[in-house]
Amino acid sequence: MSNSTLSYASSKAAPRAIRDIRPPLLELRNLSTHYVSQQGTRVVPAVDDVTLSIRPGETLGVVGESGSGKSTLALSILRVLPTAARIVNGQILFEGEDLVTKSDSEMRHVRGKRIAMILQDPMASLNPLFTIGNQVAESMRVHEGTRRRAAWQRAIELLKSVRIPSSETRVTQFPHEMSGGMRQRIVGAIGISCEPRLLIADEPTTSLDLTIQAQYLALLRDIQREHGLALIFITHNLGIVAKMCDQLAVMYAGRLVEYGPVERIFDNPVHPYTKALLNSIPRIDGMRQRLTAIEGQPPDMARLSPGCAFAARCPMAFDRCRVEAPPSVALEENRTARCWLAVPEPPRAAVGVA
Amino acid sequence: MAVLEAVELSKHFETRRGIFGGSRGTVKAVDGISFSVESGKTLGLVGESGCGKTTTAKMVLGLEQPSGGVIRFDGHNLETLDTDGRRHYRKSVQAVFQDPYASLNPRMRISEIIAEPLVTNETVSSAGVAKRVSELLDLVGLPARAAQLFPHEFSGGQRQRIAIARALALSPRLVVLDEPVSALDVSIRAQILNLLVDLQAELGLAYLFIAHDLAAVAHLSHMIIVMYLGKIVEAGDARDLALDPKHPYTQALFSAALPSHPNERREEVILRGEIPSPLKPPSGCRFHPRCVHAMPACAVEAPELAAVDGRFLACHLFTHEGIKGH
Repeated sequence: MSNSTLSYASSKAAPRAIRDIRPPLLELRNLSTHYVSQQGTRVVPAVDDVTLSIRPGETLGVVGESGSGKSTLALSILRVLPTAARIVNGQILFEGEDLVTKSDSEMRHVRGKRIAMILQDPMASLNPLFTIGNQVAESMRVHEGTRRRAAWQRAIELLKSVRIPSSETRVTQFPHEMSGGMRQRIVGAIGISCEPRLLIADEPTTSLDLTIQAQYLALLRDIQREHGLALIFITHNLGIVAKMCDQLAVMYAGRLVEYGPVERIFDNPVHPYTKALLNSIPRIDGMRQRLTAIEGQPPDMARLSPGCAFAARCPMAFDRCRVEAPPSVALEENRTARCWLAVPEPPRAAVGVA
Repeated sequence: MAVLEAVELSKHFETRRGIFGGSRGTVKAVDGISFSVESGKTLGLVGESGCGKTTTAKMVLGLEQPSGGVIRFDGHNLETLDTDGRRHYRKSVQAVFQDPYASLNPRMRISEIIAEPLVTNETVSSAGVAKRVSELLDLVGLPARAAQLFPHEFSGGQRQRIAIARALALSPRLVVLDEPVSALDVSIRAQILNLLVDLQAELGLAYLFIAHDLAAVAHLSHMIIVMYLGKIVEAGDARDLALDPKHPYTQALFSAALPSHPNERREEVILRGEIPSPLKPPSGCRFHPRCVHAMPACAVEAPELAAVDGRFLACHLFTHEGIKGH
């Protein structure tokens, strides 16, 4: 139906045209968040000039190693950054409003209500001294002024919806009485309690066992479908991205090095880091083949060189990469890559290097 | 030849409830498992929390005494070894642990860390120790100047290399690898996995590899054992088992493993419920409450591990009695 009359020339991505006309739910424009030392002498560009967007109902995977800035990116969106961190540049447009310019009290109406977050360690995000029911009901009472009894009823329903058996008795229990998988599902229930539009999940399954992880991911996908939620998945696990996400953002040393639809990136990665990352994961069916390891170490974020941060480990690096950071290059189908190799004209010729 | 052989190995922990030590229970952390590790080969051990894989590793390392069963090293029963034999065993079996931030003493220089097993176990001259340390650093791909530095000056991947060098200091025959890459960054994991493969080829090491990353286990192992609540449910050739798991639990486990490409469509088996407490394991087959193929017989009778099509399976679906009973 969609491909019969639409001409390919009229739209960049004809098969996805219907989906793509909706305005993005969240749009980051050149977002930079830096950590500044007390004397202001040392600056760590934890997030540097990141531009990306997510549409309603979509799932965006943000991958990167520790220190690549993926968690800082999430904290920037919610504006819950540590005191040393500042958003130094850019916009965070959420449903058309710029979150960067909002006051703290305005942000309190966004957090937990319109954007919710699930953290890695469920034991750290649940208060051990309050019952499960209290904690699930809390954000509804705060944000929606729901009466105590109604909120409690709704908490029971929410626990049911995250598949917690005998939820009527579970609401009266405490976090230590639950298993790890259950706790993570409760955190999920709190996340969706005020029907947010966007859910940010920061490594939500790292502490879970494999079969429990599979349960949890299936649950998240169901919740997402039911509520039309947009989901940002922060992870270092490309398998989770392959399983769950529509869009992929690959971060390296605070910069977005590659961004676009998941399948396109897996089929045809443009940035050498993405390429190397995809080749370095062992596969269940690729037994005892040699893995393509990425040599070297991630760079020290406080002492980044002026060039591309990946240049020192990149097998394709040439002189320009070491002196000048590559710009974000727009590729086909809403893809971008931050690499000199992606620049249309032959880059080697441009600087006169053979 | 089997370097290490375990026969009907068990570890039971006694528990007490209440401050007066009233009702006692027994956790059968490991319940009668048998396996062997060949020299130059890797045995992968997989399973979820509470399946007993770490307890098994501890027994192999001599950190826990088995409550039943026998461990044989080069054909010698560990229990009957004399002091010298025991010392020899401890030198021949070494370990690399998950977290290289916790397993290296921050106050010791790398040279001291790597030399410690040599100094405590052997009589080597200080020149001999220095020579061995630089050999080991070279073996794991670290520069010689690393010897003078402290652990905090290294990244996670480099620290794991140091931990591996220390494990190799006494030229062991068997190395127990307990989640050796799960604490490392993705881009570093392949380096360490490749290093482990190279070292095995070069030194003929046997590995007992414990991990929850199934792809890493399938990648490194020759044989795989799958455990559930203290028992082996399936064991066999790594390739066969990973590509064609037969036990319903193994099937669920491997279907839960994450795909390597978004187009990779695999049949997804989502298990019901949680992993039961090892304190009160279900009757019969311990997996039956979560099993999609459970039959009445499964709740009553525990299936024995039996040879089926070139591998070992503990499931009534594959045994004669199970089919008859159904």
